[in-house]
Amino acid sequence: MNLTLKIWRQKDAKSQGKIVDYQISGIEGDMSFLEMLDVLNEDLINKGEEPVVFDHDCREGICGACSLQINGEPHGPDRLITTCQLHMRKFNDGDTIYIEPFRAKAFPVVKDLMVDRSAFDRIQQAGGYVSVNTSGNTIDANAIPIEKENADDAFAAATCIGCGACVAACKNASAMLFTSAKVSQFALLPQGQVEATERVLAMVNQMDEEGFGNCTNTGACEIECPKGISLENIARMNREYLKASLKG
Amino acid sequence: MSILDSKIPEGPLADKWTKHKNTINLVNPANKRNIDVIVVGTGLAGGSAAATLAELGYNVKTFCYQDSPRRAHSIAAQGGINASKNYQGDGDSDYRLFYDTVKGGDYRSREANVYRLAEVSGNIIDQCVAQGVPFAREYGGLLDNRSFGGVLVSRTFYAKGQTGQQLLLGAYSAMNRQINRGKIQPFNRHEMLDLVKVDGKARGIIARNLVTGEIERHSAHAVVLATGGYGNVFFLSTNAMGSNVMAAWRAHRRGAFFANPCYTQIHPTCIPVSGDHQSKLTLMSESLRNDGRIWVPKRKEDAEAIRAGKLKPTQLAEDERDYYLERRYPAFGNLVPRDVASRAAKERCDAGFGVNKTGEAVYLDFASAIQRYGSEKALTSGMENPSKEEITKLGEEVIENKYGNLFQMYEKIVDENPYKTPMMIYPAVHYTMGGLWVDYNLQTTVPGCYAAGEANFSDHGANRLGASALMQGLADGYFVLPYTIGDYLSHDIRTGEIPTDTPEFDQAEKDVKDRIQKLMGGSGTHSVDYYHKKLGKIMWNKCGMSRNEQGLKEAIEEIAALREDFWKNVKVPGTADSMNPELEKAGRVADFLELGELFAKDALNRNESCGGHFREESVEQEGEQKGEALRDDKNFKYVAAWEYKGEPKDAELHKEELTFENIELKTRSYK
Repeated sequence: MNLTLKIWRQKDAKSQGKIVDYQISGIEGDMSFLEMLDVLNEDLINKGEEPVVFDHDCREGICGACSLQINGEPHGPDRLITTCQLHMRKFNDGDTIYIEPFRAKAFPVVKDLMVDRSAFDRIQQAGGYVSVNTSGNTIDANAIPIEKENADDAFAAATCIGCGACVAACKNASAMLFTSAKVSQFALLPQGQVEATERVLAMVNQMDEEGFGNCTNTGACEIECPKGISLENIARMNREYLKASLKG
Repeated sequence: MSILDSKIPEGPLADKWTKHKNTINLVNPANKRNIDVIVVGTGLAGGSAAATLAELGYNVKTFCYQDSPRRAHSIAAQGGINASKNYQGDGDSDYRLFYDTVKGGDYRSREANVYRLAEVSGNIIDQCVAQGVPFAREYGGLLDNRSFGGVLVSRTFYAKGQTGQQLLLGAYSAMNRQINRGKIQPFNRHEMLDLVKVDGKARGIIARNLVTGEIERHSAHAVVLATGGYGNVFFLSTNAMGSNVMAAWRAHRRGAFFANPCYTQIHPTCIPVSGDHQSKLTLMSESLRNDGRIWVPKRKEDAEAIRAGKLKPTQLAEDERDYYLERRYPAFGNLVPRDVASRAAKERCDAGFGVNKTGEAVYLDFASAIQRYGSEKALTSGMENPSKEEITKLGEEVIENKYGNLFQMYEKIVDENPYKTPMMIYPAVHYTMGGLWVDYNLQTTVPGCYAAGEANFSDHGANRLGASALMQGLADGYFVLPYTIGDYLSHDIRTGEIPTDTPEFDQAEKDVKDRIQKLMGGSGTHSVDYYHKKLGKIMWNKCGMSRNEQGLKEAIEEIAALREDFWKNVKVPGTADSMNPELEKAGRVADFLELGELFAKDALNRNESCGGHFREESVEQEGEQKGEALRDDKNFKYVAAWEYKGEPKDAELHKEELTFENIELKTRSYK
């Protein structure tokens, strides 16, 4: 198929960016979206131009590196997948596709389509862990049985890949879904409960400091999340936060 | 006498590690604060090592090329992690895990290392659960297990098809705790471009800030390389796009021996190649072989009709299908080790029974598992006379619960529903057992330079069993390296900070900058990918699942010629002093072009078939094993460790003889 691509180009964090048009042909339905961009980049290199920079690594939907706002949607039109798993069969010959970086104050553009998501790391550093040293003397893994339902829910929350689609989808650029996924994982497990109070306060505080917006319950994050992280996690985090504030 | 000293402790196998830990030197907590350690790579091995070293009190600097440690490719591991917990009461033990791993590796690994791995495997599970890793559980609240290939017990712990993700996020959370304490300084979007040696010891690295292009000097008292494997030398593999050999190869050029480069794991269950545009291959977890049955049509006409799109797999009756693994290996059936399953698939496809357009695919079929689980579920939920549709629906739910994310991934890529029609799979490069040679302490032949996880060679011999990579990465990082590195660092308590304004750092930085200039200065005829794809083709065709003398000799010549062409004509756009992904790729491919040749040289030298290394010249000629791989213990019971001498063709071979005192060497039979 032949496509018109309208791609955000920006030299570096300080420069002004703009949309640049590219024509591309010979795209097959079996190609992934990023393989389509590979084709474009190969063309650009051969023409002596600079290729389009975008984050990507595992290309199987799990590392969370790839991003891209495609026709206004994080990870494009398909559901429950990342951009690297989006296939060109979802598009038609002659389509015009807008490709932009994830937009949020807390995600400054590094170059072209690549953004800086280190704010997510700092939220995790604030409290997204259980304080247990490596010793070889921790209790036996089966010493504390965990109700299967809780274990499964904790797992579901823990499958967040930290891609930032939730932030990009939110009109307030809120990071509540991301932060609540980690808070929930630990809130649902006995191992996480010891530090629950400090954790939720520290992580929410860091989230605010990074400049993410507030949650107004539109639910866009849940719809766009490639891993189907549930809004229930936000509700759970709010309960945890309230509990912690009253305690704190 | 070999110059290689594996430093295996004396004494009975089961006591070696405990005894060693009790006798090596320790560093007191106050002195640890004065000692710096660099950890390159933040996957399971690097992340766990960094966190543990920081907990102990060392000042740790971590480096990764990704924007966050959480994106290291360990995250993509699907199936599970082994541990000899014997929670299932099916007779598992440290010895059995040790035995299975050595046998699975076709008797080409080091006994003492593997036993230690088995010994600490249980601790890993305890540690991860304590960190809040949400493993799969049974209704009683206890941990669930599943089976993997090459073993007869159920010892694999898992978190659906995302076990690597959950374990990596566990290690990442442990790192985050130390970053928060200021004990780990993370350098993300940084790539190590060289190892710096001072007085023969590893004392730092030269790294490139991938955002600014700046070349940086970082010093430390020891350097840990946990940079993964080199499967991307094949261009197409299940590795991440950025996975590379650069750190290990730079260390090799600075004196670290590279061991068994030809030992590559070609994983049997990957989604087949669909076209020339393909940038990477996607794995379908081995855990699927617990429930999926592998087959091709019995009649060639049927295979041809399927390829032409005239026949559907579901139209073939049971007796028209050849479940070739069950037929050839009745004892292990679909759960034979990976190398055996891969070769068997290739054999059927080469014989003309392959099923997709390209003829390079076999079926992985869940129909009978769906019926079995569905009937069981109907029974336990008290349904009377359930209809076939109801059973199928229940069975599909069970399968979805177990492998949902994998089925979804398959459907998105292939555009077919694997609940209704069998999956198509084909082998793909997945893991490299070879790597930097290390002694029992995980130290390379460069003092102070350590290698952990897939980057070293030590535990998997010539073939790795499923769910053992995660185990090894975390064993090295959490439980082995933190002890053994202390022994080395105990001599550095009075050294003080290592300065970076020294001639050694000057020289290393100059070397790095010269190399970048050279890469940028090619004539600009072909892109980096052009060379990478060409290299991949040579590797796959001549150093892939089946190798022979002539092909390997050709590969050596062709790779050397390609490398020469690369340095003359590669085209790298942009500038060196800014973000430049093409420059990053060029540096990595340049190293693959050297490693690839050494790989072929090693494969040529090893004139035996063992594990993932199959030499067509070395095959059983008669008896029950006829046609199977033939190992040659008399001549090749050694680790091939290569010393850098300039061009890869000039590399010098050093042998570490392997001794087996606790296991009898046998023909590896899964029949």
